[in-house]
Amino acid sequence: MSDIRFTKDHEWVRVEGDTATVGISEYAQEQLGDVVFVELPTVGADVEAGGDAAVVESVKAASEVYSPVSGRIVEINEDLEASPSLVNESAEDEGWFWRIELSDPDELDELMTAKDYKAFLEGLD
Amino acid sequence: MSQELKQTPLHALHAELGAKFVPFAGYDMPVQYPAGILKEHLATRASAGLFDVSHMGQVRLTGPDADVQLERLVPGDIVALQPGEMRYTMFTNERGGVLDDLMVTRRADDVFLVVNAGCKDADIALLRTALGEGAVDYQPDRALLALQGPGAVAALARLAPESAALGFMKAASVSIAGTAAWISRSGYTGEDGFEISLPGAAADAVARLLLAQPEVAPVGLGARDSLRLEAGLCLYGNDLTPDITPIEAGLTWTISKRRREGGGFPGDAVIQAQIANGPARRRVGIQPEGRAPARAHTAVLGGGEVIGEVTSGGFGPSAGGPVAMGYVARGFAKAGTAIELDIRGKRHAAAVVKLPFTPHRYAKQDLRST
Repeated sequence: MSDIRFTKDHEWVRVEGDTATVGISEYAQEQLGDVVFVELPTVGADVEAGGDAAVVESVKAASEVYSPVSGRIVEINEDLEASPSLVNESAEDEGWFWRIELSDPDELDELMTAKDYKAFLEGLD
Repeated sequence: MSQELKQTPLHALHAELGAKFVPFAGYDMPVQYPAGILKEHLATRASAGLFDVSHMGQVRLTGPDADVQLERLVPGDIVALQPGEMRYTMFTNERGGVLDDLMVTRRADDVFLVVNAGCKDADIALLRTALGEGAVDYQPDRALLALQGPGAVAALARLAPESAALGFMKAASVSIAGTAAWISRSGYTGEDGFEISLPGAAADAVARLLLAQPEVAPVGLGARDSLRLEAGLCLYGNDLTPDITPIEAGLTWTISKRRREGGGFPGDAVIQAQIANGPARRRVGIQPEGRAPARAHTAVLGGGEVIGEVTSGGFGPSAGGPVAMGYVARGFAKAGTAIELDIRGKRHAAAVVKLPFTPHRYAKQDLRST
């Protein structure tokens, strides 16, 4: 069973072993509207938790996507290049952004569980 | 916060339709409806979109010489307008920069202006100073709807049959379900369509009637912006500012021979010199290669040097990719010139292209091409 965590900036991270998959939440894609372009990080790049890693462009505006965890980028979702709308259609599954090899798995403890995130979203309204 | 924002007479209808609101020029305005900006944009190009533009300023100028007086403030040929004819022009400053762009229509008893929401207070003050308090009648109680797209004429003609006979940039008084409305065959999307000025109290009923037509979908400010960008039309505050002249903006066509030669408007000498010698920079279409949109303020490079800036840019739903407009130095303004864009620190190849990105489809001839 994989474990999904969320940030206050609306990224999600799903951990499988010592790698994790990262994307933006269903709530985030809804707020952004139609996604038309995603600028992904470079495979092999090192990112820090909270650091800029990608940019998602909707029709309206460009938004930074921060890495929820530190580590090395090991894979990017190349399908997003041809079909950025995957982010709208399947934000928390097929619309993933990148996979990362975790350098500090303890960082995950600071992120919200799905239940915490749901409560966090309710507090935003 | 939102309580300080003004609302148009259609606010309740927008909310009922599920609009997402954004603050815009002091108003709480619908940026999109549940269909989303992409679908609203494409629906306008394929059929028809209804936009609430009641935040814009509607102003009547009265008095026997209102046309002559207005010409002291704008380079457009106002005196030549026949009743029911409209024209696009701009208020200029002493440097030839643009203070606002506006639509001017001569009517039987007045000269009717539609000005931008964000500029209207300054425009009204300018007009009152120049023409006198009594000659300037600001009409905040009127609403303004824009019905745009190839299906607009069929939809409106069902309610006001005489609208079908109206030519591009012509205007007339019609009755829509018992409401006296002032309509013009104009708009700001590059499509055929109408702008409909009517009493605010009647706006909700008329908007519902229009939305009940099979061609018509509600469209928010988000798609209005992408439509006008693809159509190569300037957005005040982005593509036009007090530091940009109509000549630099490629709007020389709005200035008639009589007014070019005679001047008599703020900044006339600067504008006449730019017409004679060519401006140092020009507004151009910019086609980015690849998929990354170039937003406003993106630096434009030519030969490795910064030669200009994007002033409007984003994703063009009808163009199917990124589109942009901006100002580049003379020498780089020719269509086909290879340029680069600095998007978040990375160089992206792009080219100067002819505007518009999507062909204009006005009712008759295209008055906006030069």
